Amino acid sequence: MGSYLLRRLLIAVPSLLGISVVLFTVLALAPGDPFSELALNPNVPAEVRMALRAKFGLDDPVWQRYFHWFAAMLRGDWGFSFISRVDVDTLILQRVPVTLAVIGASQLLALAIALPVGVYSAMRPYSWFDRLASSLALVGFSLPTFFTGILLILIFSIKLGWLPFVFRADLSTTGWQWWVEQIRQSIMPIVVLGLFQGASWTRYVRSAMLDVIRLDYVTTARAKGLPERVVVLKHVVRNALIPVVTLVALQMPAVFGGAIVTEQIFRIPGIGSLLIDAILRNDTPVIMAVTFVFSCLVIAFNLIADLLYGWLDPRISYR
Amino acid sequence: MAGLTPASPTDRAIRAPARGTSPWREAWRRFRRHRVAYASLFVLLTLVALVVLGPLAWKVPINEIDFTAQLQGPSLAHPLGTDDLGQDLLARMLYGGRISLAVGLAAMTMAIVFGVLIGAIAGSSRGAIDSALMWLTDLFLSLPQLPLLLLIIYLFRDSLKSVFGPEGGVFILIVAVIGCFRWMPVARLVRAQFFSLREKEFVEAARALGASPLRTVVRHILPNSLGPVIVAGTIDVAAAIIAESTLSFLGLGFPPDIPTWGRILFDSKDHLDIAAHWALFPGAAIFLTVLTINFVGDGLRDALDPRKVM
Amino acid sequence: MREQELRHLIEDVREGRLPRRSFIQQMVGLGLTAPMASMMLMHAGVAQAQTAPAYKPSKRGGGGALKVLWWQGATLLQPHFANGTKDQEGSRIFYESLAVWDGEGNLVPILAAEVPTRENGGLSPDGKSVTWKLKKGVTWHDGQPFTADDCVFTWEYAREPATAAVTTGVYKDVTVTTVDSHTIRVTFAKPTPFWATAFVAAEGMIIPKHVFGPYIGAKSRDAPGNLKPVGTGPYKFVDFKPGDMVRGEINNNYHMPNRPFFDSIEMKGGGDATSAARAVLQTGEFDYAWNLQVEDEVLKRLEAGGKGRAQIVQSGDIEFIQLNTKDPWNEVEGERAHVKSKHFAFADPAVREAMSLLADRKGIQEFIYGRTGIATSNFLNNPARFRSPNTKFEFNVDKANQILEAAGWKKGADGVREKDGKKLKFVYQTSVNSLRQKEQAVIKQGCQKAGIDLELKSVTASVFFSSDVANPDTYGKFWCDMQMYTTTMTQPDPERFMDQYLSREVSSKANKWQGRNITRWVSEDYDKTYAAAEGELDPVKRAALFIRLNDLPVKDNVIIPLISRPRVRGSNLKLMVPLTGWDLDFSQLQNWYREA
Repeated sequence: MGSYLLRRLLIAVPSLLGISVVLFTVLALAPGDPFSELALNPNVPAEVRMALRAKFGLDDPVWQRYFHWFAAMLRGDWGFSFISRVDVDTLILQRVPVTLAVIGASQLLALAIALPVGVYSAMRPYSWFDRLASSLALVGFSLPTFFTGILLILIFSIKLGWLPFVFRADLSTTGWQWWVEQIRQSIMPIVVLGLFQGASWTRYVRSAMLDVIRLDYVTTARAKGLPERVVVLKHVVRNALIPVVTLVALQMPAVFGGAIVTEQIFRIPGIGSLLIDAILRNDTPVIMAVTFVFSCLVIAFNLIADLLYGWLDPRISYR
Repeated sequence: MAGLTPASPTDRAIRAPARGTSPWREAWRRFRRHRVAYASLFVLLTLVALVVLGPLAWKVPINEIDFTAQLQGPSLAHPLGTDDLGQDLLARMLYGGRISLAVGLAAMTMAIVFGVLIGAIAGSSRGAIDSALMWLTDLFLSLPQLPLLLLIIYLFRDSLKSVFGPEGGVFILIVAVIGCFRWMPVARLVRAQFFSLREKEFVEAARALGASPLRTVVRHILPNSLGPVIVAGTIDVAAAIIAESTLSFLGLGFPPDIPTWGRILFDSKDHLDIAAHWALFPGAAIFLTVLTINFVGDGLRDALDPRKVM
Repeated sequence: MREQELRHLIEDVREGRLPRRSFIQQMVGLGLTAPMASMMLMHAGVAQAQTAPAYKPSKRGGGGALKVLWWQGATLLQPHFANGTKDQEGSRIFYESLAVWDGEGNLVPILAAEVPTRENGGLSPDGKSVTWKLKKGVTWHDGQPFTADDCVFTWEYAREPATAAVTTGVYKDVTVTTVDSHTIRVTFAKPTPFWATAFVAAEGMIIPKHVFGPYIGAKSRDAPGNLKPVGTGPYKFVDFKPGDMVRGEINNNYHMPNRPFFDSIEMKGGGDATSAARAVLQTGEFDYAWNLQVEDEVLKRLEAGGKGRAQIVQSGDIEFIQLNTKDPWNEVEGERAHVKSKHFAFADPAVREAMSLLADRKGIQEFIYGRTGIATSNFLNNPARFRSPNTKFEFNVDKANQILEAAGWKKGADGVREKDGKKLKFVYQTSVNSLRQKEQAVIKQGCQKAGIDLELKSVTASVFFSSDVANPDTYGKFWCDMQMYTTTMTQPDPERFMDQYLSREVSSKANKWQGRNITRWVSEDYDKTYAAAEGELDPVKRAALFIRLNDLPVKDNVIIPLISRPRVRGSNLKLMVPLTGWDLDFSQLQNWYREA
């Protein structure tokens, strides 16, 4: 396995390079202009706008811009935003804590819901619990997050007035108060995202468990007289986890730039909203940096998943 | 003397050749036994029939603006109520349903076909091919969807429009774009299933019996790895319908006056507190579609699973 | 003849027969701006009304936190690099200009000791220079004194091309000199009736020389002061997260007594207009929200909660439709919508007239905009005195049908009119915005009744309003049959706004579609009138010429004005805000307070 790991890591480097080339080209070719608002302002002469474009190198050929960017990345300089002229790494780092706290927490919530519910549903398929859980799960992922978000806001912020719905990253209270406030403003987005994600994961866990629970070695374990709980937890779950691990690994990078709609609705200053703002304003350096980190995370998590397969199912070998 | 003794009455019955059943017919029979799945299939077909034939029966125009009938609840004239421009929701849902269902099913099919193909190839090969395909998967996973969407639509919209007409062109574009971004999880899931299945005894047995690799994959491994694929299919239908509404919110999908279910849901979100019916019906429609496809999928899986006794 | 009527009106104001406010309203009704009307009165020697704002608090501070919501967050805090009003507003918390425009179009001095007039020697008789006296005793947030040198520096900074400031246009044609440590003189190349451009309003925010001095020219965007503003404003800088949040705290050395009322200010960005409305009007989480582009029905419902109210302030913004008189579908000389081509339908004035009759402005106003929009035919409601026969707005499907029949467009089998084999099918584009999509639906229905088929297209705003040369969907290219958007009169002086219909500004490949004449309408009459207005020194004559300029494209039905859009803001019921439609929301931030 060590050599497999080494090989994958070595491949990861050119793979990232290839991805960055494709990303950069897509961004360069996509329509849009970072200085579009200036176009509407009659006070700004066209020469100023052209001068700005030239200054930021927007008129250089694509390959030249790519090499500039690449060379700068190697030096550790991630560039600066066209729009706000703030360093890109500062922009990203400003938003990482909030992102982890809210979006990260929602993924944990999703997992915490999906595993127990999925396992229990599979143990008693087609029972009332299973049917109820399945239906709720189906409702969960048929409804888009913009809808459930607004529904929760209507109920908890407006009708009941219990929770604030505009997220403020810089609460001025301290100590115990700070924690209370932080939880109050984070509950709704965490629940919205967590339930949406948890709904689809529940279905996968259930399906994977059902696939495994009928196999012979489970019957053997039961025949040996092991209590059901041990049978399930030690034998079934571990083997059923393979699809779950795949999915969780696929979803983890999305914490970094995925929950765009929820961040919009609750005004959470996470990396998702940074990305969407940058995309809509054609702020290429920010988009490149965020998507590059995103692709590193994708590659890393998929590698971890591949390694975990071997641990979960000893029959899987690596050559 | 052999053959002279007359057979007993039951002999005939036993010796009568059994009616041949193909595996597919057998699967269909098992499917029919699964009552929930069977019922769901009917509901799904009814939905499809409604949206295809409904507009022929219910002739109220979809975009007749009537400011005196804004945001009304269900009534005789408007069985599903009206929206904030006074347009009839039933007509809009029937019309938009065609597009939503078509987009949902087509995008799901595309995602599954691609995903299974790539996942199967990657899962049954090793080394270079697997690495290359995983690189491709990682690439697609890393691509930021929005700029790519803008780019593809900007590049291909006009040429598709001229060949397929405005609605057809946009439809193909949307299905392609949504399908393109949903095949990766399926591929990885299928590949993971293949990894664990190809070490199993029955595969070894098949190989010992002389099955070619292709046959092993198609007849033995693939049917057993469909579990996650079916779940993915269900989720993809919902995701595709909703993704289409997000696209049109950004101005990239169908024109804003085309009332797809996702779009109606989106338009209704600001009036949830006073006109819940506006959001209820498209939400219920999407949910119903997802529900029926899910149960059909469950039935399919149980029907194809040789171990399950039905 | 208009000019005479204008002069009569001014005399009426001088002699007290006509309230100043009514005069300004009527001028706005004719398409001019309140500041321009105000300047006309000033030029004629009619003294400006000295309305003291009703500011009640008797001590500085103690008001707690002011929380405001801007659903497009500020991305930088340097007024001379601002990408749009959100950045200007963010900057305005910390920086100030010499004077600002209030809601009536009056100049209100902030850093200036008084408004320059002819009587106090501020305005020179030949109209070529303005002398501003600066307030004494004003300090920057870091304690340094504010002097004339800072004004001169701001001028040098903005006019320098290498700085690439967005305010260059205002400063490059003037000369600014110091008369003494607290007096400056702004000199124009030729006599300029509208002199209140440099150092006034959003483009006039003054930046400190001691902070930005070394960063003039090519290094301008590296200045640390760009992200850590040091100004003279009521609040000092605390923190800034681009796109998300700006925070300021009270400036205890502020140069006006008893101000500001609030101890801190927080400007949060992001989200959309409807949820911003809810946050202020329903839950009261925020005190003020900007630009509530929401249906009036929804606003009224939210106001019913009794926590907040919608503030509707008159301004010069107009939502209108442009009809393409050139052919955008075929290439002439390798260019689509070439100025030499002709549109198959809109080149026919009858079709254009019919289109103008098919816009149900009243329906749009009543059911979509409500209080937040006023149906218009000219650039606002035409007051009775100046009404001309065909600038009345009308929604008349039958008449439109008649006009089209008479012009030879007959209904075909599918109900769509055609002539010489060409059907009246148009592509109608606008930006993504729920109000706009509804307007499109209403217009489409009106047109359907007359046998015209519209294909609706909506383009995402950042693409529609961009100046990207490669993109076919920008509003500058106008490569479809009709388009709609709101034109904002961000300048107090309409001259820079009316150049949109000049033949020399026609948007074409040659100028990379940056020309301001997007409709590509060419009219000799217009060009001549504009030239006359440019050189006209008498503000009354000039105003009359502008009114005429307003009428020309409208009468030709090249543009169909739909709705005049006042500014809609939301504020807490107890928050007192002096708002204006002619300057920034924060233009009088120091006067904001909360009633007990």
